[in-house]
Amino acid sequence: MRLNPVAKTVLQRLGLGLITLFVVSIIIFSAIAMLPGDFAKATLGQSATPETVAALQHEIGLDRPPVERYFSWIGKMAKGDFGSSFASRTGYRRTVAEIIAPRLYNTMFLAVMTALIAVPLALGLGIVAALYRNSWFDRVVNTVTLTTISFPEFFVAYMLAFLIISRDTFAGTEFAQSLPVWLAISINWTLNVVPKFPTLANINDQTPFWDHVWRAALPSATLTLVIVAHMMRMTRAAILNMLSSPYIDMARLKGMRPMVVVLRHALPNAWAPIVTVVAFNLAYLIVGVVVVEVVFVYPGVGQLMVDAVRSRDVPVVQACALVFAATYVLLNLIADIISIATNPRLLHPR
Amino acid sequence: MTSAEPVIQTTRAPRVRRTRRSRIRIALKKAPLSAWFGMGVILCYAVVALFAPLIAPYRETQVFSEAFAPWSHEFAFGTDQLGRDMLTRLIYGARNTIGIAFITTILSFAAGVTLGLLAAMYRGWLDQLLSRAVDVLMSIPSLIFALMLLSIFGSSITSLILVIALLDSTRVFRLARAVGLNVVVMEYVEVAQLRGEGPAWILRKEILPNILLPLIAEFGLRFCFVFLTIAALSFLGVGIQPPSADWGSMVRENATLITYGDVTPLLPAGAIALLTVAVNFVVDWFLHSTSGLRDEN
Repeated sequence: MRLNPVAKTVLQRLGLGLITLFVVSIIIFSAIAMLPGDFAKATLGQSATPETVAALQHEIGLDRPPVERYFSWIGKMAKGDFGSSFASRTGYRRTVAEIIAPRLYNTMFLAVMTALIAVPLALGLGIVAALYRNSWFDRVVNTVTLTTISFPEFFVAYMLAFLIISRDTFAGTEFAQSLPVWLAISINWTLNVVPKFPTLANINDQTPFWDHVWRAALPSATLTLVIVAHMMRMTRAAILNMLSSPYIDMARLKGMRPMVVVLRHALPNAWAPIVTVVAFNLAYLIVGVVVVEVVFVYPGVGQLMVDAVRSRDVPVVQACALVFAATYVLLNLIADIISIATNPRLLHPR
Repeated sequence: MTSAEPVIQTTRAPRVRRTRRSRIRIALKKAPLSAWFGMGVILCYAVVALFAPLIAPYRETQVFSEAFAPWSHEFAFGTDQLGRDMLTRLIYGARNTIGIAFITTILSFAAGVTLGLLAAMYRGWLDQLLSRAVDVLMSIPSLIFALMLLSIFGSSITSLILVIALLDSTRVFRLARAVGLNVVVMEYVEVAQLRGEGPAWILRKEILPNILLPLIAEFGLRFCFVFLTIAALSFLGVGIQPPSADWGSMVRENATLITYGDVTPLLPAGAIALLTVAVNFVVDWFLHSTSGLRDEN
């Protein structure tokens, strides 16, 4: 059978992605098998009788061979049954699926909202910075992005929250009173320009759409600040790399405008690296989301996972890890496929 | 030639080879301001971390009567949620947070570099096995993986160090293997093998010195990454456990103060940010001056 070379490479990559997902699911599954032997006893506490311990071990499935357990586990996962949380008690069963579902929606909401803001912003900034390289605009953007790259997410998050709060409190601080009056007034005025975004994102399933957007503004802004920097720098580098090739000189010599040269000649060839870095950063969102959700008390999967880790509720941790890891693997897979499809040169590695 | 003086009078004396110390001095003299700033900051942090008990005004876990006290002469940055002096906690925090991150990075380098170079030297099934294992480990985001492993092993400092070192050594392994592959094919390595040197000797004396520079730069970057990961985990409450002073958990414990417009919780977060910025500056300069790499323009 003869296959189009693009299709063949894409199929190979898909196969590799499936294998990765399979191995990842095995690792996450074996997490429960690695639990210390007395785990059932430790969870049940003082009141544990041999019968209840055996019942819990049966519930987790520790009394069956691992291969059998794995296939029944992954089969249930595929049907959307993630098992039940350790927090469930007799007569009151809490399934992991019903805990995760609403939170997954919230996390996706936050991630999509951030991506919609951050990706066009980063690409735009990168293209402009490449067009006017070494101008003051380029320098300012470069310095700012280099600094935000090295900040921890929770620092950026609390800085933003602090800015919002000091709208109301700034005038009363000793610091403001020690400043000259005109300066204090103008700082206060500047602070008041910023809309009063809520610093705690309390959301439930009844929250209307635009209200949800409004409450998710600060978490989303934090994530945007964290990921824009990297994407923008890579876009700029990729375009500059293209701009040094002879065919760009040719286009310039033909007398084309710089904007046209960048958009029509440099950008199409720079797509592959840009798409890769965009996907990488969207995958990074998954990690960033955990910390930011905790800072703003946003009810998403990240916060759920952290709470589950603290209470050592392993089925919930497993389900969250599986969701995160699968998204991560899929995003990387999509990035690779797009960069294969947009760049015929990748098809002939030598 | 009509000139009165001959163009060359004497042959110049061969230039004396610079000693390592003088080369370092020359490199330092050319360092940009950002690198100097970075080195200064790192030095300050190191001094504070090493001499914490001498610098700190109180003991690490000494509790005073007033919780969340405002800034005063007695408590420079006020007190925390249990009434412990904030400045003292910050100083001891430098010791705990940086110390743990440093040990973790060293461990991850020891494992990553050794395995990476072994894979590069022997290729074959060892290389395949290690590389595929690393591929799998890297296909799960490391913070998520760390959270999962910590939920199993519980969050003690030992398990924290081991888990992060394991996850981070994958990146080191990739780099060490990649740069190692370029060196193992060199003639001098072959000569050493023919001479009958053992693999450990070849690794240490022939390969390691030739890949040291990229590894040192990577050490700085990995340290930043490990430091931020540990801070994030502690912030989430599953990293370094109380009563040890630690910057990440200090931010979380005092975060409520922010809602009253108090900057105190931003201090430990700022301390983390400042150190990462400083290390990045130094690594940036180091990469530029050692590899001759210039910016794209």
